[in-house]
This record gives sequence, C-alpha cells and structure tokens, in this order.
Amino acid sequence: MTTNTHDGVGNTGESIAVEPAVTDLPGHRLVLGAEDPMRLVSSQLLGPFTVAYQTYGELNADKSNAILVCHALTGDQYVAESHPVTGRPGWWERLVGPGLTINTDDYFVICVNVLAGCMGSAGPKDIDPRTGAQFGLNFPLITITDMVAAQRLVVEHLGITQLFAVIGGSMGAMQTLEWASRYPEMVYCAIPIAGAARHSAQNIAFHEVGRQAIMADPKWAGGDYYNDNDAPERGLAVARMAAHITYLSGSALHTKFGRNLQDRQAITFGFDADFQIESYLRHQGRSFVERFDANSYLYITRAMDYFDLAAEYNDSLPPAFENSPVRFCLISFTSDWLFPTSESRRIVHALNAVAASVSFVEIETESGHDAFLLNEPEFFRILAGFLRGAADQRKLAGPS
Amino acid sequence: MTPSETNNAARIRVDQQLIAEMITPGSRVLDVGCGDGILLDLLVHDRQVDGRGIELGQEGVNGCVSRGLAVVQGDAQTDLHNYPDNAFDYVILSQTLPAIFDVKGVLHEMLRIGRCAVVSFPNFGYWRIRAGLAFQGRSPNSESLPYTWYESPNIRFFTLTDFTDLLAELGLKTERIVTIDGNGKANTRGRIGHWSNLLTEQAVFVITRK
Repeated sequence: MTTNTHDGVGNTGESIAVEPAVTDLPGHRLVLGAEDPMRLVSSQLLGPFTVAYQTYGELNADKSNAILVCHALTGDQYVAESHPVTGRPGWWERLVGPGLTINTDDYFVICVNVLAGCMGSAGPKDIDPRTGAQFGLNFPLITITDMVAAQRLVVEHLGITQLFAVIGGSMGAMQTLEWASRYPEMVYCAIPIAGAARHSAQNIAFHEVGRQAIMADPKWAGGDYYNDNDAPERGLAVARMAAHITYLSGSALHTKFGRNLQDRQAITFGFDADFQIESYLRHQGRSFVERFDANSYLYITRAMDYFDLAAEYNDSLPPAFENSPVRFCLISFTSDWLFPTSESRRIVHALNAVAASVSFVEIETESGHDAFLLNEPEFFRILAGFLRGAADQRKLAGPS
Repeated sequence: MTPSETNNAARIRVDQQLIAEMITPGSRVLDVGCGDGILLDLLVHDRQVDGRGIELGQEGVNGCVSRGLAVVQGDAQTDLHNYPDNAFDYVILSQTLPAIFDVKGVLHEMLRIGRCAVVSFPNFGYWRIRAGLAFQGRSPNSESLPYTWYESPNIRFFTLTDFTDLLAELGLKTERIVTIDGNGKANTRGRIGHWSNLLTEQAVFVITRK
C-alpha cells in the first residue's frame, strides 16, 4: 500500500531499515514501513523508518479542518513554536497560531520533517542496523515524491481522508504541487508559494556550489564524519552563506548593508570581515551549522534538483493536473530571483490549460525569495482571503 | 450574506446587473478583465457559478483573491490561448473591449474557450457623445466613459452599428442584445437600427458561434 507510481521500476531486494539517532526532540514520532516497506522513486525499499511531525490546533469531528504545512530546504516541523535547538521563534510563527492567518483555533495544522531531514525523520545521520553505524552516504537518495509519499502515510495515520489545504514556500511549494498532482482527491486546496514545478538550471548550479563546499571540507570525509564528533562545519557554513545570498534581493542587501563597515572606521587591507555583509553572512553560516546536518543538506538539495513535475508527462506540465478538483492559489514575489514569478506563471498556464480553479498573485516586495518567511501584510491578507473563500465553499465552520 | 456583498450591491453597474441576469445559475464562467471582482462575486454568490477571472491590474487581482475569488493576473490578449476549447459556458468581457488592441483575436478566443461570449461596451454613437463632439467640439466624457482623453485606457472607439457590422463580418451569431439608454433603462432588441444606435448609451451582447 505504501508505494508511489514508480513501483515496478526494479527491485533492489531487501528493505533498508532506519534506526533513529535523535530521539529527544519534542513532537510526534511515527514508525512507517514496518510491515510494508515504502518503495522509493530510486526503486529501493525503505522501512521500518521514523518520521517526526508536529501539530497545532485540534482536528475537528469530521476531520475536515487539517492544513498540511510543507517546510523548505532548511526548515523543519517546528512551524509555530520555539525551535528546540536554537530557541529561536518558529519559522512561520507570524502566520500560524491562534488568531493568526492560519488560525489554529479553526484549523488543525500538521508539519512533517521531510525524509532525509535531521530533526527526527529518517536521514543520513540515523543508524543503519546492518552496520550499527550512521548511514552517511549509504542512506538512499530521497526525492520530493518520496517526501510526500511519507507525509501521506502520516495524514492517513491521523485518519484524515482529505486535507483542507496543503501549503508551503520554496521546497514546500514543490511538495504542495506534488501533493496536488499525485493525490488530488486528498487535497481540497493547494497553496504553493514562491515555488516552481521544476528546479531550474541556475538553481541546480547554486546547489552544486553548496554541495561542493561541503565535500571540499576535509572533515566531511566522504560523509563519514559522525563518529569523530567533528562535522564539516566550515563547508556547511560556506554552503549556507552562498545559499543565503540567493534568498535575498540585491537591492534588499544594499538597502540593509550597503558598503557599511563592521565595527571599524576604515578598511583594514586584509581579509577580515571588514564589511557588515561579510559579518552577517559569516554569522548566518555559523548559526546554521548548530542545527543542520551536512549530509542532510546534500540529500535535500539533491531532492530539489531532481524535482520536475512534467518529467513523467513528456515534459508537458498540464497533464500533471488533468481533471484536478484542487483549488490552487499561487503566490510569487516581485524581487524573488531564485523562484521568479515566471516559474509560478508557468504553473498557472498549465492549470489554465486544464481549466483548473486557480488564483495567482504576485506580491510587490524588496525582500526576495525570503519574503514568504517575513512580515508581508499584503501576502497575509491575500492568503487569509483565499482560505476564507475556500472554507466557505468547503462549508467549514472556519474563520468568521 | 457577507458584509462585503451588501457594500458591493450599491456599486454594481447596470451592465453588470444585466449580465448577471443573463448567466444560467451553476454554469462555468470566465470574466475577462474582471477588475475588482464585483460582477464575479455577484455571479459566484447569487448565481452559484463556477467563476474564474483574469485581470491585468495587480491591485484588482489582489483584491479579488483576498475576497476568495479564483482570479489570476493576466492579459486577455496573450493568456486566453492557454485555456482549452469549450472550458466555459460563458466568457464575459464587460466594458473592456474598447481597451483591446486585437479585437478580432480576443473575440475569436472567447468563443473558442466558451460557448457564449457576453460583451458589454459603451456606444460611441450615443447622441450625447455625437452632440458633444459636434456642438462642443469635445471628446467623449460621460458616466459610462468617465475618462479624460489623455487618461483613458480605451483605444477603440466604436458604435453599436460598428460592432454589429463586425459580428456579421466574423460570421458570429448574436443571441441577444440588451441596450441601455441614458436613463439606465434596459431594452431587449432584435436588431440595431439607426435610432437604437442614437439612443443607446451602452449595450450588452450575447454572442455564439454559428
């Protein structure tokens, strides 16, 4: 039962069992694929394995008020609470909570840590029972399809036959599109934000830079660094620094930092962090390595690279949404050059081509790709309106 | 039902009210150039249609989506070709035709993706407009044409007779014509003659393929 459309591609025999290395994080745990292993797109079998998820609000009697939030590359299931590792606010705390745009007084919000993640779901830092050691690069390659297939098992475990909404930004938008395409009957409305139906060559290129930075760190050691307790932090930090630049717009960077100097009156004629932007990026890199596993970063960036919803349909996107009953709301941001509006528009055109119900707005902002995580009142207003309209149509006793 | 609807009721234009009455409840409707979504909102809530909209202006689109309407930002002249044949029962173009460059192309696309095209437009043959031009030497400016010449989005200035000529040339079938006179009074007409071209301030046409 726990398969996707790729079964029959081949059989690599035995199922890969995963023993969780991290168990002391708060939230729910679910063991999947124990009796019936999950067939990955790579054709390998996975199970038993653990997924970690978090929920907010209450599921109503007929289980119709569930919203699945899909997190981005470096996000996790701690959407609306202090992060257990960093103590920082949840990544969508300004959007998800009692009385907020995604009102947890009305909706039951679920967020699952993606497969290959490092916050409790099966990933490369977990234990391979065959060897008793961490998987490292022996962990199977995971795709967006696999992540969503695992999420579907969580949703079914909760007894939910149809999610009221699936929503996510960036890689979360990819998962949202995958949900709507593969399990349309389980999704009432889908809200992909700052996303794309495929990863562009430019984005694959940026990811490759990040991966090479990790792999060039001698401490990475072919992915086998867990026992020495000495992770490739320099490499991961550089990957994060490069990626962080892509999340912001050039003008936002210039507005925020300009050519301002960091704690000094003049340039030092050296390679210290003279400029504020350098200091800022170094800080971003340093704080990231505290909470993220380098191998997970390799795996999840790869999953994004491999994502192309049209690939199964001879590179034509509309058939991915043929006869879709799902109500779509796409949102993009003007200054986002990582997932530009043209990518959302491509999806809108595909949805129009199959006469699907679609709303699409482009929000004017300077904040670049990161806008979906920031305080963007127009974005919140539109999202709230779309959810209200959909709740009306779904006859949910939703927000008044 | 909702507070927004009662507020909107006062703002519904007479042509929009007429169009709403022409649409069969429960049908599939695309409103091209749906603006702030007043008509679409009315259709979705009062006529229970499966309604979609396209609007060029971002402000209008954002307003529509935040009211729960399925509206996308797009251009009537480039984006209609994305839709499949016969996707809609009605494709509406209310007061937008004068702003369209490729009039024939848009009419053709509307009737490819929809069974009926519903088009409303101001009549430049209306006597007040003629009189304004003839006696005052001023370009049209009235309640149905509330723009100064330098701010008007309209690039096509046509009369009721011009439009019926075009439909004949394109071989399209006129199912229904409702004209609105200067007092806002609506009349259903079988054909457009000299007098109706003179007395009509704006008109709504329902057009199908032959």
